[in-house]
Amino acid sequence: MKFYRSHILIGIDDASLAAGVKEIEAILRKELQKNNLSEEINILETGTLGLFGTGVSMTVYPEQVTYVNLTTADIAEIVTEHFLKGRPVSRLTLKAPLKKHYNFNYKNRIVLENSGKINPEDVKDYLATGGYEAWEKVLTNMKPEDVVAEVKASGLRGRGGAGFPTGIKWSFTAPIEAEQKLFVINADEGEPGTYKDRLIMEGDPHKLLEGIMIGSYAVGATKAYIYIRGEYKLCIHRLEHAIAEAYDYGIIGKNIFESGFDLDIMIKIGAGAYVCGEETALIESMEGNRGNPRSKPPFPGVSGAWQLPTVVNNVETIANVPSIIAKGSKWFLGYGTDGCSGTKVFTIMGDVNLPGLCEVDMGTALRTIIDEFGGGVKEGHQFKAALVGGAAGVFLPIERLDVNMDFNSLKEYAAVLGSGAILVMDEHADIVEMLYSIIRFFRHESCGKCSPCANGNEMLYKLISKIRKGEGSETDLDNMIMIADAMYHTSFCALGQSLVMPIRSAIEHFRADFLKRMKTK
Amino acid sequence: MYEEIFKKYSPEKENLIYILHEIQDADPQNYISEEAVEKVAEYLQIEPSHIYGVLTFYTMFSTKPRGKNVIRLCESPPCFHRGSEQMLKKLAQILQVKVGQTTTDGLFTLELCACLGVCGNAPVMMINEDVHGDLTEEKLEKIIDSYKGGK
Repeated sequence: MKFYRSHILIGIDDASLAAGVKEIEAILRKELQKNNLSEEINILETGTLGLFGTGVSMTVYPEQVTYVNLTTADIAEIVTEHFLKGRPVSRLTLKAPLKKHYNFNYKNRIVLENSGKINPEDVKDYLATGGYEAWEKVLTNMKPEDVVAEVKASGLRGRGGAGFPTGIKWSFTAPIEAEQKLFVINADEGEPGTYKDRLIMEGDPHKLLEGIMIGSYAVGATKAYIYIRGEYKLCIHRLEHAIAEAYDYGIIGKNIFESGFDLDIMIKIGAGAYVCGEETALIESMEGNRGNPRSKPPFPGVSGAWQLPTVVNNVETIANVPSIIAKGSKWFLGYGTDGCSGTKVFTIMGDVNLPGLCEVDMGTALRTIIDEFGGGVKEGHQFKAALVGGAAGVFLPIERLDVNMDFNSLKEYAAVLGSGAILVMDEHADIVEMLYSIIRFFRHESCGKCSPCANGNEMLYKLISKIRKGEGSETDLDNMIMIADAMYHTSFCALGQSLVMPIRSAIEHFRADFLKRMKTK
Repeated sequence: MYEEIFKKYSPEKENLIYILHEIQDADPQNYISEEAVEKVAEYLQIEPSHIYGVLTFYTMFSTKPRGKNVIRLCESPPCFHRGSEQMLKKLAQILQVKVGQTTTDGLFTLELCACLGVCGNAPVMMINEDVHGDLTEEKLEKIIDSYKGGK
């Protein structure tokens, strides 16, 4: 292996690409070459560095210097000053408050521990971090039922939103005798405000693959699919690359490590439909159909894609599995709270200083997440509300800022953890407008299969539009809650059942915003 | 074109969405024509009506010819909160089209879409396969210009 004096880590993800990282990287390579430094300084493309709203950024090791907001004009200076003369250009480095945030951000990471540190397009990097050791352990030392038992003992719960215990889900399918069982990953991340799965797939695709391998072995599936939304081009590219590497190394395929176990992993792509995040709609889409949800039972675990027993799990959930197997369920229980073990990736956006991500213990207070990791509400502004859990989430007012972010604590407030999206709004936010945007979203994404959802969304859209125009009344507010509640009780799938949460919480906590839109009676 | 794409996929219905993506990407007008539907129906041995049903279900597919560059502006709550409505107005003004329409020079089609998962950089849009974030009105002009030079 070649020895380099320094390594420059450049985060390549959808966000940095949007900021023009490729152009800057090209100039950097050219400048290094011009100064005869290409043999001494290595450039490594990695996943997100965990910094958002800071333009193009890069971190240099071993110096641990992070440059932010880079422009094409800065590169020549960095190369001559830092790499030639050994003097980091302090004008461009990450400053103290941000730096603290950045370092803090890497504590307690499980699923994103390697993201921003390794090259996601080189399996050797993953192997160097202890990657695929859990997979080897499983194949050589564990029976499928041992794996299910270990995951059950870890208390791991689904990170897609519903929070169903993963080990229990697996234990339904594992004992079924079938010629073919399937293991499916739901990577159709479409909940507005959510991009945690994208970060995992872009930053550390092999971690997901290793989790899939272990899960497939546990339930006895020899075919696995990753169903990924069509918009996630970079994720698709990186996963395809990682799967090819895994075949090359004999980590998947026939008779893996002489164990007699076969496994194929394939990718299925979506084409833009929120409802396909619902597992039975996802299965329909995988089969090449419209993504209309199916009635349950039978549950997919018994009869899913092509009527085969199919386990469907979320990306983040499965990315936890390699560490649980490698380090044991007891270690995993050391993170999070009683009943909600492990960590959770949250995505923070809206009116905060540092929109971005964090992976923290389950049960971390909402206030901590916003202040420590989101950098607090934008300077000089007041917190008004947080929309937690995406569009199918709940508006939380300031009095609820100390709620602990885990499945059980949020339930007490009739709120949900959902996908872990946190949209922060300051005093300028108008909850009527936000609710309008949410209802418009659901109206567009309803698949139209069942009338409560198809017609309910249409009625809600008319009502919120009326209120928005200043023609609404308090009766309209009551009617909105009544309709959404009826949809909750009668809709076919979670899509139609979800709207009651944002509607009820918006009207309950921010009634004043709605009344302001009403003409005096 | 069809034969080349079909060669890559076995004639099973489960490959339908993949095949449609490839045909649409290869089409200079970014859409799935009636002719394409018939070819695919024949190859996969499924009804054209099934394919039409799939095409009209998923927002990424179009049954109408589109511009060379397809702009998809996110209108989901996080982008809406950060001003996607103003961005839409600005785009409509620059391009002189309404949502769903194509510019007279055939270069751009303006569409709205749901969350693209880049919300830390809201408001966000996608042009073809590229994501553009932290949009401002000035930035929009520059971005659109950069696609005019034959890109």
